[in-house]
Amino acid sequence: MNYLLLIYSNEADVQGLGETELKKMMGEYTEFTKSIVQAGHFKAGDRLRPVSTASTVRVRNGKTAITDGPFAETREQLGGYYLIEAKNLDEATAIAARIPGAKIGSIEVRPVWPPMN
Amino acid sequence: MAADELKTAAICGMGAGAAGQIEEIFRREAGRVLATLIRLLGDFDLAEEARQDAFAAAIEQWPRQGMPDNPRAWLISAGRNKAIDRIRREVFFREKIADRELATAQADVLGDDCQADEAIFGDDRLRLIFTCCHPALNDEAQIALTLREVCGLSTQAVARAFLVTEETMAQRLVRAKRKIREAAIPYETPDPSVFDQRIDGVLAVVYGVFTEGYAATAGTRLIDVELCVEAIRLGRLLDVLLPNNQGVLGLLALMLLHDARRASRVSDAGDVVLLDDQDRSQWDQDEISEGLALVDKSLGVRGQVSPYAVQAAIAALHVRANDKQATDWPQIVGLYEVLLRLQPTPVIELNHAVAVSMVDGAARALDLVDSLAARGKVTQYHLLHAARGRFLEQLGRAEEAREAYTTALKTATLDPERRFLAARIARI
Repeated sequence: MNYLLLIYSNEADVQGLGETELKKMMGEYTEFTKSIVQAGHFKAGDRLRPVSTASTVRVRNGKTAITDGPFAETREQLGGYYLIEAKNLDEATAIAARIPGAKIGSIEVRPVWPPMN
Repeated sequence: MAADELKTAAICGMGAGAAGQIEEIFRREAGRVLATLIRLLGDFDLAEEARQDAFAAAIEQWPRQGMPDNPRAWLISAGRNKAIDRIRREVFFREKIADRELATAQADVLGDDCQADEAIFGDDRLRLIFTCCHPALNDEAQIALTLREVCGLSTQAVARAFLVTEETMAQRLVRAKRKIREAAIPYETPDPSVFDQRIDGVLAVVYGVFTEGYAATAGTRLIDVELCVEAIRLGRLLDVLLPNNQGVLGLLALMLLHDARRASRVSDAGDVVLLDDQDRSQWDQDEISEGLALVDKSLGVRGQVSPYAVQAAIAALHVRANDKQATDWPQIVGLYEVLLRLQPTPVIELNHAVAVSMVDGAARALDLVDSLAARGKVTQYHLLHAARGRFLEQLGRAEEAREAYTTALKTATLDPERRFLAARIARI
């Protein structure tokens, strides 16, 4: 079963981290990613640029509207994701708990629909 | 063969008696059969349908063919076979290759382990409890699912407990079961690394069932009494499945010691009777002695202290004393301090203050309550104002006491509590 682990945090908190802290966290991410690749859970994963670079697209009545910023103003922003394979929710949440970002933000664990046939 | 014929004859001869006997077996086995079918079939709804089919088959076949030697194994086996039929039938209609493969795979998994021993049935029930009390489900859904799937209450009864319509409750249960299926919440006893945390969640659900029934005891609603009975039954089941667990022992003791005093908590007129004024001859002595023995047992278990064991120890001190004066208040204060370290909640702070008033006097207790109120955690909380009123009254500050009781009355919702507060105001 595939789960998408969405990493949310307050961007201001992350930007407020000192250089050593940031470096340490990046190191932890590298370690974590390596470990889930080795264990066969990893399918994909990326770090996202901040929401200040985001654009939102809507199509209404055939017309495309592009606006600045994310879809909704929220306290925490999506900062990255992992797509993993796990045998059940307990395994997926245990993996999510090991994501370094879980310590400053939160991880949303979403089961992925199987591909349509 | 002769024995079977004899049994058949006996059942046919008994008529209504046989029906009663079958019903009794269903009641006794319903939970175990469902738990095992869920493991075998991997799906709540399919398992519920299968159990229903099995019961229907039993009603039809047992009176004619005689009672099976092992009714439980018979029901599980029948349920499993009915489910396989169902899967095949559905697949036939849908005719999807992927589904057909799945069905074959599922049918293969359903090996013939219906003769499993008591230990496996116990494991299945524990699995079911952990699944229903999974933290990924919201608190209400956990309680509702546990009542429906583990206790076997009807959807209608669960709806009544939550004061919602049967339709609303049915939807909630469907949503919870869908999440179990779609998010793949496992049907497993949790990993040792998270076991203690997860058992805390289970205990919270059981205590939630109990308080749901107990808090409303003013109401003489049958469903409230039933909830307390079910919670205690769940506590006993957990004690069998997880022997010598301090939290389980403590929670069961706590529920028994509260439940024992049920009859004396409310007067004939439906008013609240405080512990000090309760008629002790109305207490259920069997529940009391069982509860007290469990408290002793729980305190003998080593390891992390469970808040339920501490609360049960407090309840035991209240019950053991013959009256208010004989109560060991200093020890109760000490236990509340232990509890505050484990669970720093406003309700416990409030109870701690009440105990302190019995040792150090109302002035000290009032300080504690005022500091609690100043932190702004519980301004709407009627018990806080009721306690303030009581301390102020003891200190002879009548006007302020009346004010506090009046504030309490504004936020209290249960009728007997309101009458109690009104009586206090009138007395000043």
